[in-house]
Amino acid sequence: MTWLLLSIVIAATAASDLLQSYEMKRLAPQPVDGRGLASLLQTIAQRRYLILSIACLAVSFFSFMALVQTAPLSFAVPASAGSFIVETILAKMVLKEQVSVRRAAGALVVLAGIVLLAR
Amino acid sequence: MAYRTYSLLGVFVLLRALGNLSLAWGTKHFPETLAANPLSYLRAMLSPAVAVGIAMLILAMLLRMAVLGVADLSFVLPLTAIGYVFAALLGKFILQEDVTPERWTGTALIFIGVALVGSTPQNTTPYGGKARGESK
Repeated sequence: MTWLLLSIVIAATAASDLLQSYEMKRLAPQPVDGRGLASLLQTIAQRRYLILSIACLAVSFFSFMALVQTAPLSFAVPASAGSFIVETILAKMVLKEQVSVRRAAGALVVLAGIVLLAR
Repeated sequence: MAYRTYSLLGVFVLLRALGNLSLAWGTKHFPETLAANPLSYLRAMLSPAVAVGIAMLILAMLLRMAVLGVADLSFVLPLTAIGYVFAALLGKFILQEDVTPERWTGTALIFIGVALVGSTPQNTTPYGGKARGESK
């Protein structure tokens, strides 16, 4: 059950972020003031990918809650941070981002830090 | 432009940490057991600390989405991991938890990783930052 929940958390987080990143980059950059963020809410309601990404976020949130109910937080946090690696790989393959050696190394070092911090 | 992205991500991380704190505080002080029935979730959402927490988390999500419009996902993700450090510090100073040498090492590693990723170009796809000039 733990591993199933963990897989759902990671898959849903990755799906949500990929959809958001893809769709937000296609839009013109959003101004970050009160009005800009309010209009962003409106944009979300009109874009299928963004609605889907929020739905995935909800799935990931509730699965994470269920996960920490049974598994210790010191397992749940670093394990779900594994979504990091999954997402970085998908960002390169699907979103065509250029993950340079420096960026990949940085992501790995951060992951190592999270694992140590959560112990 | 890059400076703006960093500061927005900083605000995002702060908002998320405070939102989670408010949410945790609110649910801990809520008299009913949450898992029992969905209605108690709804009632909890109306209590002030929980409502404030949720509002902050929604704002944080919108901010992050706006940043994703101009910066790569593989850039934003590691940078926002600085939030784990915040959580550890909040745990130390508010909940008086011990911070072991192992955890300090973890903190240092996160800072090093963030510095590495933060020094790469924030947008490497044809969209985002550059779309500004092309699309309108």
